[in-house]
Amino acid sequence: MATGTPARAPIKWQVARLVERRVETPTAQTLVLEVPDWPGHLPGQHVDVRLTAPDGYQAARSYSVAGPAVDGPDGPRIEVTVQRVPDGEVSPYLIDVFGAGDPVEVRGPLGGWFIWRSEDTAPVQLVAGGSGIVPLMAMIRARRAVGSKVPFRLIYSVRTAQDVIYADELRRRGRDDFGLDVAYVYTREAPDGWRGEPHRVGLADVNTHGWPPDLEPLTYVCGPTGFVEAVADLLVGLGHSSRRIRTERFGPTG
Amino acid sequence: MGIVSPGFSGRPRSQEPALPPGQYLTEDFPVLSAGPTPRVSLDTWEFVISAENGTEYRWSWQELMALPQETPMVDIHCVTHWSKLGTTWQGVSLDTLLDGVDTGAHFALAHSYGGYTTNLPLDDLRGGRAWVAHTFDGAPLPAEHGGPARLLVPHLYFWKSAKWVRGIRLKTMDEPGFWETAGYHDYGDPWREQRYQGD
Repeated sequence: MATGTPARAPIKWQVARLVERRVETPTAQTLVLEVPDWPGHLPGQHVDVRLTAPDGYQAARSYSVAGPAVDGPDGPRIEVTVQRVPDGEVSPYLIDVFGAGDPVEVRGPLGGWFIWRSEDTAPVQLVAGGSGIVPLMAMIRARRAVGSKVPFRLIYSVRTAQDVIYADELRRRGRDDFGLDVAYVYTREAPDGWRGEPHRVGLADVNTHGWPPDLEPLTYVCGPTGFVEAVADLLVGLGHSSRRIRTERFGPTG
Repeated sequence: MGIVSPGFSGRPRSQEPALPPGQYLTEDFPVLSAGPTPRVSLDTWEFVISAENGTEYRWSWQELMALPQETPMVDIHCVTHWSKLGTTWQGVSLDTLLDGVDTGAHFALAHSYGGYTTNLPLDDLRGGRAWVAHTFDGAPLPAEHGGPARLLVPHLYFWKSAKWVRGIRLKTMDEPGFWETAGYHDYGDPWREQRYQGD
């Protein structure tokens, strides 16, 4: 279980600036942040974002980093994808108010468990529910960035087609990234041409679009609590070892 | 105080009770786990304290329930920034469980069904500050929240309150547990905001 590289030095807050934003869905946006002293990270790690009001009040939330850092003219840039939480405190600010060039405090990278290491040659299955795609997309992007040939399968559960985050990129990578399979499950409304009725991820989906247990894949499941509970139980029921299933759940944050 | 975020005011806070730094209040009970939820039968459940000399002290479910029960009402603080206030539990105090245990150890490593571990100073399990809890809000603790029983050590970040707890190993040397090995703080005091290594 010793997956982290123990870094005993404190991970300090630093000032990042918003470089640009991209609209992903009606409720999710990707923010590109310039973080001058970003030390690099592993796919799946997250970053804490902290806001401060004029009276000193602070609010902090954790966001998964969505892909490898890239070099900008003034230092490294990282991306986070923010899903709007109704009545949230932080996500509406980041989506509606936070402007290009504005500063924000960040701290990271954090988390040493829900990560994929490209040295690991086991096949990988990724199961995403809603905005749980973000750390899994980081793994898909990192796989391509390092030229890994590890076979990946993604099962992505969304309410409707318009809720798919990174839709164009996933379409492109599903076609071009050799060894990456992408399958969708629609829970509310399926697009034209999709076979079957809307449903929650079930046994047939995992059997059809995941890896069989005897290949001993490494599985990453990320999404809302109920989704993760259900999918992890399914996988254990199919014979996957609990120790090869890593989960990340999010409850209401904001 | 950090740099001011232009246009950020935050939630109204005149009514907010005192929270540890960096925490926000939730009425829900979010779940944070690293893997699938283990399902543990009460027929085979047991809790074991292993002293540093190898002596083991065991309790079956029936034996645990026959011990004096306490009903702590406590605030809980998760390292992912949420806090939940005034939660009510029922369980057995670690003071009760450690009462007949002969030990000179200073450290404890809690371990769980499913393989999770977390480390604490043994003193933090004493003094009416830690329980093996089996009931939450008047009902059996649901599996996703750590049932049949979890450790409850509310004065530390909640990852120290090991879900599905199976036992405690008493140790003369500190041994980091699961999250502590993955970059989280060794002690985890929310009031000193000890989230990550080096904090």
